[in-house]
Amino acid sequence: MRGVWAIARKDFQSELRSKEAINASVSFALVILLIFSFAFEPTADETRAIAGGLLWIAFAFAGALILNRSFARELQNDCLDAVIASPIAGWELFLGKALASFLLLLVVELICFPVFSIFYGVNLTKAFWPLLLVLILGTWALTALGVTFAALTVNIRLRELMLPLLLYPALSPALMASMTLTTSLLTAGVFGANDQPWLRLLVGFDVIFTALALALIEFVLVL
Amino acid sequence: MSKREKWVYALGVSGTVLLIVNLYRILLVLGDEMQQGAIYRIIYFHVPAAFIGWTLFLAALVASALYLWKKDLAFDGFAASAIEVGWVFCSINLVTGMIWGRIIWGIWWTWDPRLTSMFICWLLYGGYIVLRSAIDDAGQRATVSAVLAIFAFADVPIVFMAIRWWRTQHPSPVLETGGLAPEMRLPFWLNVFVFLLIGLAITLVRVDQEDTQRELEGLRRRAF
Repeated sequence: MRGVWAIARKDFQSELRSKEAINASVSFALVILLIFSFAFEPTADETRAIAGGLLWIAFAFAGALILNRSFARELQNDCLDAVIASPIAGWELFLGKALASFLLLLVVELICFPVFSIFYGVNLTKAFWPLLLVLILGTWALTALGVTFAALTVNIRLRELMLPLLLYPALSPALMASMTLTTSLLTAGVFGANDQPWLRLLVGFDVIFTALALALIEFVLVL
Repeated sequence: MSKREKWVYALGVSGTVLLIVNLYRILLVLGDEMQQGAIYRIIYFHVPAAFIGWTLFLAALVASALYLWKKDLAFDGFAASAIEVGWVFCSINLVTGMIWGRIIWGIWWTWDPRLTSMFICWLLYGGYIVLRSAIDDAGQRATVSAVLAIFAFADVPIVFMAIRWWRTQHPSPVLETGGLAPEMRLPFWLNVFVFLLIGLAITLVRVDQEDTQRELEGLRRRAF
């Protein structure tokens, strides 16, 4: 487990020092929220009904920027080879990278939340803790798949294009669940009766794909 | 003629002959369905296409896992071929479904979970095909696509459960509930078999191409 913390701390700290991805990601998320306001009347009731969807589209797009950097960061000076050659197991490397990306994504999302709340007139405090739960589960799904696919695509041409192309379809069940849950929390303030299967789906998705990633990451890293 | 070519011809010819016999039965002998009329016949193509698509994706999953285990590029060639052909069957399923939907529902597409999931899988395996074209090194391509094939197939149970978990417009599976009339059962399963034969024949042709490609790459490496 020490390897996990080492990698996570290294990634998190170097990102906080350079703020490359996180600045780009926050600005990108804000731009998306702005563009959505052109497509829908921002404070209309109908918009509130799809607010969860809008929020997650912004998170998913902005997240790809952070996830792309997760392994691409190591390309300079052949750091990737050094990291792979270091006495850290593949699963530790994956978990460490995932943890760092997860925290960075959460920071981006928590910055976007109040902005979104102000711009779209949505009350977030009504169901803050359940919302946080959905946020954590959904973001972990995004990270677990995203970091694995980032590792898959790090060495290929068109890396920046390939990650979203593969990530979004694979992520869609988790995105659907996160959107539905967020929307019902924003409108009703509590989980509805129909939300249970979606919550289960989200948890199952997290478990399945984290396990798969842990099992397969070794193959990806030692190409 | 190599052994594989013989198989291709055997599968292709028997598949075609059976298809013609079955088409005659489906189009000319069987009557229209009571509620849907003539259009119901799409079920003989729509459902088998999905079955064979999934079968090929499953075969690709097994081949991909075997590749990761044995590191033999022949498994990679088979997995890639099976996914390409499976993806075509998946497309057939989507297109025939849309035609049926236009007639029965009045719309080409509805964002029903089942349709959405099939579309997601189509996109996923499409991504697999695009990904392969972006990698030059054979070993790297094989590993990356094998891992992706395993991830993509993890979507399959979700697709399959979708019809049960979520409210859906898609007709419930007639096969399990025994809703298919007895005289429709034989042509239906025969078409599944025919699709399997033809799917395997095309996959084998594609495997042959992959083998040749690999041989060419090897020769090219030796030449330079």
